[in-house]
Amino acid sequence: MSEHTLHFKPAEGFRARSKAVVDNPFLRQSFRGAMDFLMSKRAAQFPDPEELESLRNLGEAIRQYNLAKLPDLLERLEANLTRNGIKVHWAETPDEANAIILGIIQGHGATRMVKGKSMVSEEIELNHAAEAAGIEALESDMGEYIVQLANEKPSHIIMPAIHKTKEEIARLFHEKVPGVDYTDNVDALIQIGRNVLRRKFQEAEIGLSGVNFAVAETGTLCLVENEGNGRMCTTAPAVHIAITGIEKIVEKLEHVPPLLSLLTRSATGQNISTYFNMISSPRKPGEKDGPEEVHLVLLDNGRSQAYADEQLRKTLQCIRCGACMNHCPVYTRIGGHAYGTTYPGPIGKIVSPHMLGLDATAGLTTASSLCGACGEVCPVKIPIPDLLIRLRSEAFSAPHANPAMRGQGAGHSSLISAIWRGWALVYRSPALYRAVSWLGSRFGWLMPSRQGAWTTVREPLRPAPKRLRDQLKERNKA
Amino acid sequence: MTIAQTPPGKPADVYFFATCVVDQFYPDAGMDAITLLEREGIRVHFPEDQTCCGQPAYTSGFHDEARQVAAHQLTLFPEDWPIVVPSGSCAGMMKHHYPTLFAADPVRKAQAEKLSARVWEFTRFLVDVLDFKPQDCGSDCTVVLHTSCSARREMGVHVSGRQLLGGLAQVTVAQQDHESECCGFGGTFSVKQPEISGAMVEDKVKSLKATGAERVVSADCGCLMNILGHAAWKDAQEGRPPTLPGEHIATFLLRRTGGAK
Amino acid sequence: MSARDRILARLNRSAPQQPPALPDVGSWYATHRSSETPADKARRFRHYIELAHAEVHAVSRNNWADTLHQVLKARGIDRLLVAEGTPHGDTALDALPPRGIECSVYDMAIEAWKSEMFTATPASLTAARAAIAETGTLILWPNEKEPRLMSLVPPVHIVLLDASNIYNTFFEAMTAEAWNNGLPTNALLVSGPSKTADIQQTLAYGAHGPKELIVLLLGEKA
Repeated sequence: MSEHTLHFKPAEGFRARSKAVVDNPFLRQSFRGAMDFLMSKRAAQFPDPEELESLRNLGEAIRQYNLAKLPDLLERLEANLTRNGIKVHWAETPDEANAIILGIIQGHGATRMVKGKSMVSEEIELNHAAEAAGIEALESDMGEYIVQLANEKPSHIIMPAIHKTKEEIARLFHEKVPGVDYTDNVDALIQIGRNVLRRKFQEAEIGLSGVNFAVAETGTLCLVENEGNGRMCTTAPAVHIAITGIEKIVEKLEHVPPLLSLLTRSATGQNISTYFNMISSPRKPGEKDGPEEVHLVLLDNGRSQAYADEQLRKTLQCIRCGACMNHCPVYTRIGGHAYGTTYPGPIGKIVSPHMLGLDATAGLTTASSLCGACGEVCPVKIPIPDLLIRLRSEAFSAPHANPAMRGQGAGHSSLISAIWRGWALVYRSPALYRAVSWLGSRFGWLMPSRQGAWTTVREPLRPAPKRLRDQLKERNKA
Repeated sequence: MTIAQTPPGKPADVYFFATCVVDQFYPDAGMDAITLLEREGIRVHFPEDQTCCGQPAYTSGFHDEARQVAAHQLTLFPEDWPIVVPSGSCAGMMKHHYPTLFAADPVRKAQAEKLSARVWEFTRFLVDVLDFKPQDCGSDCTVVLHTSCSARREMGVHVSGRQLLGGLAQVTVAQQDHESECCGFGGTFSVKQPEISGAMVEDKVKSLKATGAERVVSADCGCLMNILGHAAWKDAQEGRPPTLPGEHIATFLLRRTGGAK
Repeated sequence: MSARDRILARLNRSAPQQPPALPDVGSWYATHRSSETPADKARRFRHYIELAHAEVHAVSRNNWADTLHQVLKARGIDRLLVAEGTPHGDTALDALPPRGIECSVYDMAIEAWKSEMFTATPASLTAARAAIAETGTLILWPNEKEPRLMSLVPPVHIVLLDASNIYNTFFEAMTAEAWNNGLPTNALLVSGPSKTADIQQTLAYGAHGPKELIVLLLGEKA
């Protein structure tokens, strides 16, 4: 297992990390190819713009309806899960969630856990906590298994190993999996993973999974997957522990089909995933398989902070499809690791500040040209660019009382604020603006040829010798 | 984001909101846009006190500063005439973000809403309001059209731009790969994240040049500053004459249709 | 105060007084999805599940066991896990052993034979409760007789589906059968063999679950 800690990286290193990727033509080409592929797959699933738009409207309405009733629905979910025999746990922080999960595992004297894909388990760094407690936490999603073998973190929420080529994976398997010869045949590589992991599915006492939708009215946990490892983790071991954020809840079962359709079509361009697994209870008397115990851990970790603000609450509409990253020109240039957060890309930039505080993430909010591609493809219509602008405002304004979020004002700089105040002074005072722009036009040739970051790849900016207003005046005189 | 806008009949008068970038950096684009409108028989009014829509501060998160500057613009257009803006992103700011910016100020919010309803992006105004049909007098040429992201997503400018260029008989409009992808400008983004912005504009210029088009045309001067600035820098780096000239679509249209007349 | 109480208290402080209207999912489906004839639903189902790499055989009530036998023979499989006490399981138990296919049954809890299930069970036969035409999806509700791992662990999974049980959409299936009144321990949608594209976006089948999914589509005539 991993030799060293894999904690979140602070946002300060973001520019250096993105530069490293941007300067690597091979990686640039590989991310571009992968994102082009995912974009075309999604586009093929939505040939009718009217249908897409109406389904997105429905998805947005469902998510907003359920978020509006969130506290009630959580209580109903808990009551119905409990009635069904599933034990419900609540955690405010990653540490609490880890303690709950490790407590369950240790209560069974267990040491082996297989994990289905769960971004929330990445968010709490469960593998690290398990390892420290002497528990094997083995990822079983092929992509997650690969990044775990490489001692890395997922670089994409749907395709964890999207940054790796098959040759790299071939070398990795050859080096890390005992008795494996080098092969870069993808079928053979998958077969290797299958053989290793099927042994683990038999042996593990604990299976861990995420949750895509938790249905309050029936007390049901829904999981979306293609590989079958999620079903393995939730069926073969004696204990199943599911973990999810408190926002992934719907009141009614009938809310699931539209969200599922939006999710798989937006994420990987599939009309449906291979498996959709709905779990409503542990093994009942007379049943011959399935876990004897099922637990659900509900994690807050900053979600209730986003919830408290009407605009920021929209962040919680997310169904984790990853389409925003697939369509993001920034993600396409730098990949997922550069962000240094569990959730990369546009959704990562709006959700991470609530989990980690703006102190750690203020810089990330600037890593967007606000082009709007993310908001345009979001299946539940999260206005990601507007939320980024809001977060910038929270990050760079002077610290004040009763802030909407942790770390408000963390990016505040008196100098930058003074510059903007000066800018506002000029642009709200026509006389001043006329004077400053006139000076610019007369002495534009004096502008330095090096203009900071702008001229690293561009010619310097020089105001035109005659402003539009001057040209107009001259023309009207003539 | 709404793209639909009910066109009024052809007005006798319009306001022209040039934007700070056009006033200071691309005045020819502004002059050509005004000339085109006048050639269509419209009186164009240029309020002398106009400055900037406030977008740079708004998108950087400095909303008080953006509000102060935007509030000033609210006072400049007393008559009920359309306000034509030769930049999709600034038009988008005035149309879609002004009402939000003044959400807490009922008086200004009402003013902002009235103003927003009158804001027209230049190419949309030509197509939707004037039903402008350009008569091409130029010789054969191939151009490539770049539409800014906010112009595309907030104002639908990719459609009107393509329609205008498509109406020019001797002009072929080339198709670049990843047409809808951002050029990497993004206002302060270009200097806050120069590595990523640089990579984006590098890729954008490559795909524009790969079309073989002799020039790039855009309705947004922010993008032009970025794209042309990088193309010229790259040419200078490699010691060759400029390979990707470009201009505002107003300039191109005016020249192709016989100038001021 | 517990973590639960603190989380709920925070949410309750900010929850809107008036939630928005309940979204009308039904009318979306009524507007955007048509109701097809049984034959069209069967065709659509088949089209999509075949696109997802499943193999489909049209069979009749009289001959499906023959087809099952041929499917196994063609793969050199001589051992099939079946659900004793179900009509289809019992049919297989009657029909296959005389033709040289050994039938094992899931008659004890998995703990007693996990290793055998994982290493010595090349194929299984289960029924599907119903199917969905829109996405080419099988609906499985595993139960005491036909437990969950039957459709997951064996590398070849054969499913008997009655063509008259195909719904237009997932939404139609769950509302027609009133799933909201109670779901089983595990309800499943299966839309092809196990697969992954986690290595360089290259599709590979048989990631963890069945490498092959074979549907015996039971119609009036075949």
